[in-house]
Amino acid sequence: MSTVFLLLILLLGFLITFQIAKASEYVGILKGEKKNFAQNNRINGFLMIVFLVLGLIGVYWCNELFKGKILGESASDHGEKIDTMLYITLTITGVVFFITQILLFWFAYKYQYSEKRKAYYYPHNNKLELIWTVIPAIALTVLVGFGLFYWFRITGDAPKDAMEVEVTGKQFEWIFRYAGKDNIFGKKYYQNISDKDDNALGLIWDDPASHDDIVTKGTMYLVVGKPVKLIINSRDVIHDVGLPHFRMKMDAVPGTPTSMWFTPKYTTEEMKKKTNNPEFEYELSCDQMCGKGHFTMRGIVKVVTPSEFILWRAKQQSNYARLFPDKMQNAAPQADSTKKTVAVDTGAHAKLVAQTK
Amino acid sequence: MMSNESTIHGHAEVVTTHEVQHDEHGVLHHKQSFITTYVFSQDHKMICKQFLITGMIWAVLGGLMSVLFRLQLGYPDTSFPWLRDILGAKWVQDGHIKPEAYYALVTMHGTVLVFFVLTGGLSGTFANYLIPLQVGARDMASPFLNMLSYWFFWMASVVILASFFLETGPASGGWTVYPPLSALGDANEGSKAGQDFWIIGMALFVVSSLLGGLNYISTILNLRTKGMSMTRLPLTIWAILFTAILGVLSFPVLLSGLILLLFDRHAGTSFYLSDIFIASTGQALPNEGGSPILFQHLFWFLGHPEVYIIILPAMGLVSEVMSVNSRKPVFGYMAMIGSLFAIAILAFLVWAHHMFVTGLNPFLGSVFVLLTLLIAVPSAIKVFNWLTTIWRGNLRFTPGMLFAIGFVSLFISGGLTGIFLGNSTLDIHLHDTLFVVAHFHIVMGVSAFFGMFCGIYHWFPKMYGRYLNNTMSYIHFWVTFAGAYLIFWPMHYEGLAGMPRRYPDYASWIAFKQFVELNRFISTVAMVVFAVQLMFVFNFFYSIFKGRRVTSQNPWGSNTLEWTAPIHPGHGNWPGEIPEVHRWAYDYGKDGREFIPQTEPIGPNESRH
Repeated sequence: MSTVFLLLILLLGFLITFQIAKASEYVGILKGEKKNFAQNNRINGFLMIVFLVLGLIGVYWCNELFKGKILGESASDHGEKIDTMLYITLTITGVVFFITQILLFWFAYKYQYSEKRKAYYYPHNNKLELIWTVIPAIALTVLVGFGLFYWFRITGDAPKDAMEVEVTGKQFEWIFRYAGKDNIFGKKYYQNISDKDDNALGLIWDDPASHDDIVTKGTMYLVVGKPVKLIINSRDVIHDVGLPHFRMKMDAVPGTPTSMWFTPKYTTEEMKKKTNNPEFEYELSCDQMCGKGHFTMRGIVKVVTPSEFILWRAKQQSNYARLFPDKMQNAAPQADSTKKTVAVDTGAHAKLVAQTK
Repeated sequence: MMSNESTIHGHAEVVTTHEVQHDEHGVLHHKQSFITTYVFSQDHKMICKQFLITGMIWAVLGGLMSVLFRLQLGYPDTSFPWLRDILGAKWVQDGHIKPEAYYALVTMHGTVLVFFVLTGGLSGTFANYLIPLQVGARDMASPFLNMLSYWFFWMASVVILASFFLETGPASGGWTVYPPLSALGDANEGSKAGQDFWIIGMALFVVSSLLGGLNYISTILNLRTKGMSMTRLPLTIWAILFTAILGVLSFPVLLSGLILLLFDRHAGTSFYLSDIFIASTGQALPNEGGSPILFQHLFWFLGHPEVYIIILPAMGLVSEVMSVNSRKPVFGYMAMIGSLFAIAILAFLVWAHHMFVTGLNPFLGSVFVLLTLLIAVPSAIKVFNWLTTIWRGNLRFTPGMLFAIGFVSLFISGGLTGIFLGNSTLDIHLHDTLFVVAHFHIVMGVSAFFGMFCGIYHWFPKMYGRYLNNTMSYIHFWVTFAGAYLIFWPMHYEGLAGMPRRYPDYASWIAFKQFVELNRFISTVAMVVFAVQLMFVFNFFYSIFKGRRVTSQNPWGSNTLEWTAPIHPGHGNWPGEIPEVHRWAYDYGKDGREFIPQTEPIGPNESRH
């Protein structure tokens, strides 16, 4: 009912506008085209300057309103670089923004039609044009310079001592894998994947390196102050590991592993205090459209102290142990982890997707 | 009917007799039935109107889709039972649009607006209208292909429209249709029949675009009237020429990418597919060795030039209208052409900036950063030249002029945020957030719409021999202009907070749920702006029949050739000879004269510029 009401009001508003519009056209004809034009021109010229002033106030007000709500302090070292880059870019583009917008509306107001003035015939000025080719070029060189400086640092090789976690996206959930004690990810093959048999990643059990691999869902544990390299995969469509607090992002592409690394600066507990929000969690969002559950594909990242991490890992059962508890009893000592080529017969399609260091 | 004879200077006399004959019988020579006049017309002016009105229908539908999904985004907790009556029980649950339907709406909103409105509607309208009239030709080089171009566009429209009525719904994997999501019906409802319709519709659209584009290029190059050298062309024509070249070179790449996608979908190939396990069926697919990233390269090789295909015509229209209404020549005509050229070249060299976080080699990424930010230089030249065009002018705020000024403002705002996204370092954080949505809506969506409105308001009197209602036009401009900023300015802040795009509901996210009120505000403004667009549509159709009549041939005091044609030009455009051109299009305010039409010979005492 209220919808019908709303539509009726809209229709009424429209009819009134239309009547006014029609009437003003007749009035315009009566007043004479010239006078009518002059009046309209004055109104619009005035509105130009009104728009500029209100717009600038709006920009300031909007900033004040959202100051605390965007971009808390970055929680990773790479994030700091990105934030610095953001401020450099904001400053340079901000200056350009204000100068050009103010000139645009000011000129529009100042040079509105007047019978007294004649437009100034000014078709070109090569010197002027050269100036505003060179200045933007210099500004952009600065931005490209800073940008690439940070870009190569962020995308450069991870430190040797970085912890590795494999992140795999699937519709609509995140799967995390830790290499276990041997520090080697066991081989996997996607044809082995079976949700039914609790082998979400298709690990190859013939590879002993896979036996101690820990596979979890939903929450990823990271150590504060320790660089972490995420090896990113997808099981079905393209997903994207988005970590807004760390300012990091990387696509998860089926068939082509990708990676990114960073160092978390604060534990989740520290962030709870910093943000004054006892419910704070680092969140992992899917940032690449992946189907109807895209917006529900939420993961949690717990950043903990080293001792907490050791404690947590000790409590985890490996995927293999979960599946074959009896075999783990008399398992041989950890297989020689340097042997990477384990003969695995997976038929004609034999393809080893080995995630090793 | 077609006479490019006037360009053959050696046979002036013969041409004259021919054309006189043409005009005695010409327009009425062929018996024009209703069908050949209004439906299968080969007159570029009628084809223009067909493109424009089809584009407007699509714009209203596409806008309506955005209103529907903004309703969900702005009011995620409110139930709207009437949605069920519109969309049907399959797509609406408890008065909420289901996620599948939300994604279908987002996908089709993008597809419709990018391709059917801002490419087909914008280029189709103004290229068809302005090329023959402004270069001085009787019609397009091939009026028949031109007619086909529209009818392929129409068929594409029908196919896309039909996909809304499929049981599994239209395509819903985003307008970029990235595989594997778009290749696997089991992974996404919209990737079933809807995706096939999408591909077929787009293939027809590409055909239409190519037929149109080749025609535009050959007409501009070959059918210019006597004296109309390339450097005397109005900037509208230059912009349309570069647009057409971009389209001809890039659309085929999209088509090839889509054909491979079709093969992957139905022929068991593995161009884009590898290592896939479908959870819903519990099956691992046999495909190995393909790369979904290949599709992204093919897609963006069109996709990036595409944004310039959208914005270049708008730039051309704005340059022309701004100059006419400032009563001043456009500043730096050659630099304007040069920057259009630079943008057109760079358009092909920046596509991978859409792919910084796909695992692209960082070195390759750095090359694309450099090339991408390079585009800011020609863009800056254009902006400064527009500013200098209005500087010390004598500005008449006609509705067309208002939209031209609005265009420049929006182009600055949206262009500057492009400098953020083109820098790979910042793109890591901002990629696929609402910052991107805000950026491209301002710089490409709303700006291009402003260019289009600017053109419609300026040339409506020529198209229909009547004026649009001024009061409604002013309301339309100010509400749309303010609305565009109110909608998209705050959206940047959401993006800076890392808020991902294409989420129908943020309630379960700690980091993003603080923006509920802002989203409500944006949605409300969006609906108001949409309502005002409906008022424009009303104004348009009302004025065709009831608008104030145009009484003079050249109401804006403009230099270009179209204003030398009769108020209601027939097929063939000029009743007598095609006028000869003696000067460039921008002699406004020269030697104390308000304007000097292109047809006027250079006077003996005229100053040189």
